[in-house]
Amino acid sequence: MGNTLVEIKNLVKTYTRGDQEVPVLRDITLSIDRGDFISLMGPSGSGKSTLLNLIAGIDKPTAGILRIDGEDISRLSEGQLADWRASNIGFIFQFYNLMPVLTAYENVELPLLLTNLSKAERKERIEMTLNMVGLSDRMDHYPNELSGGQQQRVAIARAIVTDPTILVCDEPTGDLDKQSASDVLGMLKQLNQELGKTIIMVTHDVHAAEAAKRIVHLEKGELLGEVTSP
Amino acid sequence: MKIPFSYIFRNLWTRKLTTILTAAGMGLVVFVFSAVLMLDAGLKKTMVGTGSLDNVLAIRTGSETEIQSGITRDQAGLLGAMPQVARSKSGDPMVSKESLVLISLTKSGQEKGSNVVARGVSPMGITLRPQVKLIEGRMFRPGSSELVVGRNINREFNGAEIGQSLRFAQRDWVIVGVFDGGGSAFDSEIWGDVEQLMQAFRRLNYSSVIMQLAQQDSFESLLKEIAAEVRLTLDVKREQIFYEDQSRALSTFISILGNVLTVIFSIGAIIGAAITMYSSVAMRTAEIGTLRALGFRRPSILVAFLGESLLLGLVGGLAGLFFASFLQAITISTLNFQSFSQLAFSFTLTPKIVVQTLVFSMFMGFVGGFLPAMRAARMKIVDSLRAA
Repeated sequence: MGNTLVEIKNLVKTYTRGDQEVPVLRDITLSIDRGDFISLMGPSGSGKSTLLNLIAGIDKPTAGILRIDGEDISRLSEGQLADWRASNIGFIFQFYNLMPVLTAYENVELPLLLTNLSKAERKERIEMTLNMVGLSDRMDHYPNELSGGQQQRVAIARAIVTDPTILVCDEPTGDLDKQSASDVLGMLKQLNQELGKTIIMVTHDVHAAEAAKRIVHLEKGELLGEVTSP
Repeated sequence: MKIPFSYIFRNLWTRKLTTILTAAGMGLVVFVFSAVLMLDAGLKKTMVGTGSLDNVLAIRTGSETEIQSGITRDQAGLLGAMPQVARSKSGDPMVSKESLVLISLTKSGQEKGSNVVARGVSPMGITLRPQVKLIEGRMFRPGSSELVVGRNINREFNGAEIGQSLRFAQRDWVIVGVFDGGGSAFDSEIWGDVEQLMQAFRRLNYSSVIMQLAQQDSFESLLKEIAAEVRLTLDVKREQIFYEDQSRALSTFISILGNVLTVIFSIGAIIGAAITMYSSVAMRTAEIGTLRALGFRRPSILVAFLGESLLLGLVGGLAGLFFASFLQAITISTLNFQSFSQLAFSFTLTPKIVVQTLVFSMFMGFVGGFLPAMRAARMKIVDSLRAA
């Protein structure tokens, strides 16, 4: 298996709408190495978000093989999958998806509540992570007291605080101004290069996609081709 | 479970107006629910407080109340001679032969008369009721047409002040004192000399005989002795049990009326809670998806939303109880169907009622929140994340 982290073979995803079966992904074969940074690009309805959801374990494939770190996650039960996500996947969303009633500190603490860490250990980790994203002075702020860029940085802290294997990012810069988008991309690059995080990012934005090492294009549920950055 | 309590609490706090309105609806139901329980508890406390465990009351077999009963002088004499009956220091049996009649008095501010119990007691009858204390004036003199009135009668009825006189049984009866029955049913009675009352009403028989037991555990042997004496066709009960039984019909009526009201109101409150929780789930669909994506399982989501509606119920319950507690200042005067006489009692809040009320309000929260919480827990992650 070598360095392959995500192994996708002949993956098919079909949604059923009434009597009709709507194919979203057709026969996708793709492999992603450990430490890779890959962008999934394509027009709306191309299936890129569906592919991301399958890799993140929040949706199940209709057919095909989907192995992550050697484990066939399509065979896991719902509860097992929840535990698997908690320890392997970090999520970054377009609209940050922070809990508005929790402070930055408490939002970052959420995934740690699913671990066995003590309160003191959690505190140490949260402070370290918020410091990494440059928000150590905003810990007690609620999301509505933070700018979009700052909220996305809290979301990044929440995604990495459990030290997951893969970061899945769904349009992480889609709601940000140019400067904040650039900061967030820089941060993702840093996480990839310095901490060796494997990052899979869905984006519409060509500039954002260029931050990745590989760009994979999808259209109408099929892989069109791939560009590898120099 | 794993979702922090602060998340549950603050979500309620964020939607202050909705939370307050929903909790107020529940609080109103809780108010009615606890008011009924408090009324019933007040009634029981009054009736139980009327009797003493040491005292035994005898009435004629088959009569349910003292008013309906008749005990001959011979029978009363036999009872006084029973060995189980306590003796005073001077060696007299601690027995009070009493006669009850209903007289009609007019409440202040009303035109129609209400039935009031006039109880003829012997001097021993006062000794047997240590909870009865004179608070104004003096006790009636034996052999005179004097009366003392309970404090509720003094407060609520016309002409029941010291120095005023009441006319019944073709005599004028002068009020010489006011007594406090310690919250018991005696507070709603008028007392006078038993022989005078019997003469005035041309009665030959007593209504009841009250005896103090020499020893508390001699009740069973007294029962046996009375059953063995053919001349005594009497029902004998501990005084406390007798008075508790006297309030049963009124207590049942209050309970049924209260329960019917509570059930109807609570359906409304539960629907209100359900609407609030459904809208809370709808507004937080993306949050639910995010929590699930982070690794929180369906039961955690269920518990979080149920916790929120339970908390809503608790807030409503506490608010309802808080306002209901002020009812304790109110005294109700109504007709006791069993004795056909006026009975005054207060709303009484007991620890048991507090627990029952809070359990009831949280039950409303649980029922109202269950379906919305199930909906939240059953959402598909991908669908709920799309709601962002």
